[in-house]
Amino acid sequence: MKKVIMGNHALSYGAMLARAQVIAAYPITPQTQVVELLSEMCADGTLDAKFIKVESEHSAMAACIGASAAGARTFTATSSQGLALMHEMLHWAAGGRLPIVMGDINRAMAPGWTIWTDQNDSLSQRDTGWMQYYCASNQEVVDTVLQAYKVSEALSIPSMVVLDAFALSHTYEVVDIPEAAKVDAYLPPFKPRYRVSPSDPRAFGGLTSPEHYMELRYNLQLDMEKAPALIEKTGREYEKIFGRYLGQVDPYLCDDAEIVLVTSGTAGYTAHVAVDEMREAGYKVGNLRMKVFRPFPFEEVRKYTARAKKIAVVDRNISYGHHGIFSQELKSAIYGHGDCKPVFGFIAGLGGRDITPSSFREVVDTTISLDHPAGEIGWIGVKK
Amino acid sequence: MPKKRDAAKVTFTSATEMPTMPMSLGSMLWNKTGTWRNIRPEIKLEDCIQCGICWKFCPDMSIEIEDEWPVVDYDFCKGCGICAEECPTKCIAMVEERR
Repeated sequence: MKKVIMGNHALSYGAMLARAQVIAAYPITPQTQVVELLSEMCADGTLDAKFIKVESEHSAMAACIGASAAGARTFTATSSQGLALMHEMLHWAAGGRLPIVMGDINRAMAPGWTIWTDQNDSLSQRDTGWMQYYCASNQEVVDTVLQAYKVSEALSIPSMVVLDAFALSHTYEVVDIPEAAKVDAYLPPFKPRYRVSPSDPRAFGGLTSPEHYMELRYNLQLDMEKAPALIEKTGREYEKIFGRYLGQVDPYLCDDAEIVLVTSGTAGYTAHVAVDEMREAGYKVGNLRMKVFRPFPFEEVRKYTARAKKIAVVDRNISYGHHGIFSQELKSAIYGHGDCKPVFGFIAGLGGRDITPSSFREVVDTTISLDHPAGEIGWIGVKK
Repeated sequence: MPKKRDAAKVTFTSATEMPTMPMSLGSMLWNKTGTWRNIRPEIKLEDCIQCGICWKFCPDMSIEIEDEWPVVDYDFCKGCGICAEECPTKCIAMVEERR
């Protein structure tokens, strides 16, 4: 059934179709509508789930951790400062190997107080052991929530489904809502490997000596490394049932491109439009939209940038004192593989400033005009 | 109910033998938290009504019920005093440790 819904509600529909059993959340703009709709679904019986109201995001994640350890499929959503407050619990969820799925609406970090989009909130959680998916359309949001549960539960690793504040969260699009019976076939009920149970008492997360700790982390990394193949496999299964493939990256005209743009989130679709315009004007450009950020899709990135002469990464985030985060990660992925081609890093759209097709035109013109990036950040749209 | 001291010493020779999540790794056996204690609970059994509240409230499974009476496991009791606070007949006294 097709519906016109906002990005936030696309997350709610994803959680509802996944038959989440426990939802614990605290409101924060621009996320609130996600759990608002879920609370209505719980109240009117559309969704048979326990909705837990809590006093903070830290508690929201703590409640999800408890419910997941007890064997329930769990969901929450947050943004920005709320995600930052959850930080400690994010480590508990991933270290505890609990396949919680969370929506994060990318909102820039304060101060100055802001509600508009950039990626510094989710990217600050890079090393917590969560998988991260960045979406560019409301359809992709619904589909990705379902895939995220499937991959998370197979690997016992939690997932974050990320979308841009307002540019996606509050934007209405046509979404083909998957049929419940087909979703049930794709995503059967959660079968935990272990769960808190009085009949089989165990100590969860207790004191772990140097004799054991490192192997637990080694195993987490090994399972993370299994994710790319599993995302590919579950993405193909999804395509078979619903006709839409869910991959780690979304390449657009990369095969013969001299310059490959690397983008993520809604800016990735804006880049498609910009590439079409530039192709008409004779530029040989392509766009590689990064869908999955953790685990980093090394193979896919190498494959789609292999023939490019230059790579231009547009980051809606910054690691102060270094560079845009996707650009650092991309360099680490191609280092030592084939020719050492120049990677130009650009920062755009912080705190919700618009990224438009002309932003990408500026990126490409700058990339063409320089032989080497000289390690400098290309700032797009800053009033210097 | 299983007792804390029933936990087995766990050793692994390979990461593949480990549980996925950090779970029941046996640290409760060797980590004798009783050495942290500054005050010790002493139960006056004459006043005990065998309600089991101390056993239920102990956050560290350091009160066991043996032959229907509470017994403190001083190898693990940290001396937090929750049992004394919760006891309805106040038959548990917290006494200063002298080592």
